Amino acid sequence: MSARILVRVQKEIFDAAAEAANLTDGRTDIGALVTFMGLCRDEGGALAALEIEHYPGMAEEEIRRVAREAAARWPLEGIAAIHRFGLIRPGESIVLVVTASGHRDEAFAAASFLMDYLKTEAPFWKKKHLVSGTGDWVAAKAEDEAAARKWRSSSRSRSSERDSAA
Amino acid sequence: MRALYFAWVRERIGKTEEELAPPEDVKTVGELMGWLSSQGENYAAAFAQIKTMRAALDRTHVKHDALIGSAREIAFFPPMTGG
Repeated sequence: MSARILVRVQKEIFDAAAEAANLTDGRTDIGALVTFMGLCRDEGGALAALEIEHYPGMAEEEIRRVAREAAARWPLEGIAAIHRFGLIRPGESIVLVVTASGHRDEAFAAASFLMDYLKTEAPFWKKKHLVSGTGDWVAAKAEDEAAARKWRSSSRSRSSERDSAA
Repeated sequence: MRALYFAWVRERIGKTEEELAPPEDVKTVGELMGWLSSQGENYAAAFAQIKTMRAALDRTHVKHDALIGSAREIAFFPPMTGG
């Protein structure tokens, strides 16, 4: 299985529909396309902007590594993952994950896996700039770590069960 | 060896990157953090929560007991908060 993998780390706003179309254009074998987009919340009006710092080079490499792992776990036709850095205003997009496969279960699972791993393994750090003028680094959440950890034990066995049941 | 610092580690040290020449008995990532934290108040502040600190050798995540070996680039940063 060789899924097409597209990874980008960029300052600019991306076009989610165009990235999704890029995976399906000219294809007749894709039955499921899952698009996840993470947006910047205003925290009830308190947040002026998020500043996202990244480790150039390693950020791309880590996302690509996670995407390859997703492609090895599920029968995917395509993966697109884009992460922004720099100053991001409330309402703007931060991250995009698109997965394409023959059937929806794989596409949903792979998109969820990609997001869980991206949050804990890809070298990005968010700093909050508040309307009040102060700001601080976002602390890593224990539940994000737990969400990534659950895939280590469960995923492979579940996907092989599904394969044999089909 | 080139050291890179990110997020609040970078802010506390006050540098984005620098060349390091640790003593020869510094073999592991954890030992390097221990040595760095003795290099001044700013480093001590950056490495105060040493257990939660993350590191990468030549752009690959490593644990604190990893041998530095011939790595050219080491990065120190807090747990990641992307996505």
